[in-house]
Amino acid sequence: MSDIFDIFLLEAVLNGLLLGGLLALLSLGLNLIFGVIDVVWICYAELIMCGMYAVYYLHVQYHWPLVIAMLGAIGIVAFLGWLLHQFVIRPVLNAEPINQLLVTGGVLFFLQAAATLAFGIEFKNLGVQLPSVRLGEMSFSAARLIAFAAALGGVIALWFFLRKTYLGTAIRAISQDRAIMPLMGVDPARIFAITSALGGALAGLAACLLVLQYDIHPAIGLSFGPITFLICVLGGLGNMVGGFIAAFIFAQFIAVGGFFFAVEWGYVIAFVFFIAVMFWRPRGILGK
Amino acid sequence: MLAVTELCAGYGGFQALFDASLEVNAGEAVAVIGPNGAGKTTLLRAISKLLTPSAGSLTFDGQSLARLPAHAVVARGIAHVPENRRLFPRLTAEENLRMGAYTSRSTYAERLEQVYALFPRLRERRHQVAGTLSGGEQQMCAIARALMSGPKLLLLDEPSAGLAPVVVQSIFELVRRICAQGYTVLIVEQNIRQVLKVVNRAYLLEAGRIVKSGTAAELLAAPEIQKAYLGL
Repeated sequence: MSDIFDIFLLEAVLNGLLLGGLLALLSLGLNLIFGVIDVVWICYAELIMCGMYAVYYLHVQYHWPLVIAMLGAIGIVAFLGWLLHQFVIRPVLNAEPINQLLVTGGVLFFLQAAATLAFGIEFKNLGVQLPSVRLGEMSFSAARLIAFAAALGGVIALWFFLRKTYLGTAIRAISQDRAIMPLMGVDPARIFAITSALGGALAGLAACLLVLQYDIHPAIGLSFGPITFLICVLGGLGNMVGGFIAAFIFAQFIAVGGFFFAVEWGYVIAFVFFIAVMFWRPRGILGK
Repeated sequence: MLAVTELCAGYGGFQALFDASLEVNAGEAVAVIGPNGAGKTTLLRAISKLLTPSAGSLTFDGQSLARLPAHAVVARGIAHVPENRRLFPRLTAEENLRMGAYTSRSTYAERLEQVYALFPRLRERRHQVAGTLSGGEQQMCAIARALMSGPKLLLLDEPSAGLAPVVVQSIFELVRRICAQGYTVLIVEQNIRQVLKVVNRAYLLEAGRIVKSGTAAELLAAPEIQKAYLGL
């Protein structure tokens, strides 16, 4: 009896790990944008929603092979991120933070309403059924395994990009001293535009992984937008390492809490933990 | 090499620089000296286009800088070491140097060696986060970062500010060596006695206007400078 129990607990922990990878990827783009541009994209999850629709239409409607459709979707959301920066963020770049929050909040409702008009309210899915992978007594969804691997790959690729390339170094530098970037021969407006496209591409990658597991509808952003936020805040807004750690902590609460009680309880425990941490460290685990 | 003619500049409604004219020839080390708030930093910021001049002209190597955006000035061969060093505090020393080479990447490895030869201390500290370097090391790193672009003209804004007296000596020694290597240098300083030992010529800036110019020896000997600035 206790053996079986242990196996299921282990399965829950491992599933939590897989979920953590996905949550880490979700938080990555938002953290990048905040860390570099100092603006919170409240509408981040709605960009992901657009990416999910893009995969759906390119694959189901236009019969692109799934992988090509996903690459196309990443490109589309990267473009949306760039548009968002050029036409919404740039005019309010030096405005009060509350105004920046409100405009991106406006974009959230705009995208939701536009998606409802354009795509309707019925649930859509790719119709791709990925098998479960069995490992002894335990079983894992292949979609989650793929998501975990891709999320980890994305995180590592971004890390190398930010550490090892001129452009990546400039992206880190601009968040530390925007005013002297021209003295390095760097056009700050260009770096911001590239960073926004990169944040969009990360949202697009998240969309590709979510669309394997979830149905698409115009309000789907609401089901993981808030948790993405809380993870970023828990880790320390703008701190990518903190967000990474926080994603795995949150995922364990959800998975293991869900194992002992019910999935809903897992969320309840995770949010109680979040509130407790906010009392203890208001700026997040690794916040300054 | 650099010709500044009747340059006016300021911040918003406040004018900090009035009809300033000066010249820097290739291979020369020139200082702009003057008290706090005279407009020295404004002058350098206008030359590197961080600030758009309201009137006057700037030519470098015979070409006007008027229409150039700030981020295109480095590629023309002007590197600016800003006031207070302004390193990127959470990047390592070497990553700061890499930012300096942003516009001239093909020569990065070669210039890195040159810069480390000039500042051996930086090689020891290269993986250290810049914010944790000492004041003198930060100033070296800031100068090295500017040299990474392979400039024809180096603008130095108060390299001795905020440093301990012993360190100030070594920074001026470094400036002397940089001049000796053939770099053309325009340096802005409050530490008048020290800087006049390093440069060939100097301009005295007071309340936004250039009021005197001459060789370093002439200015050192000028009675008004001795009285007002050297306490003789």
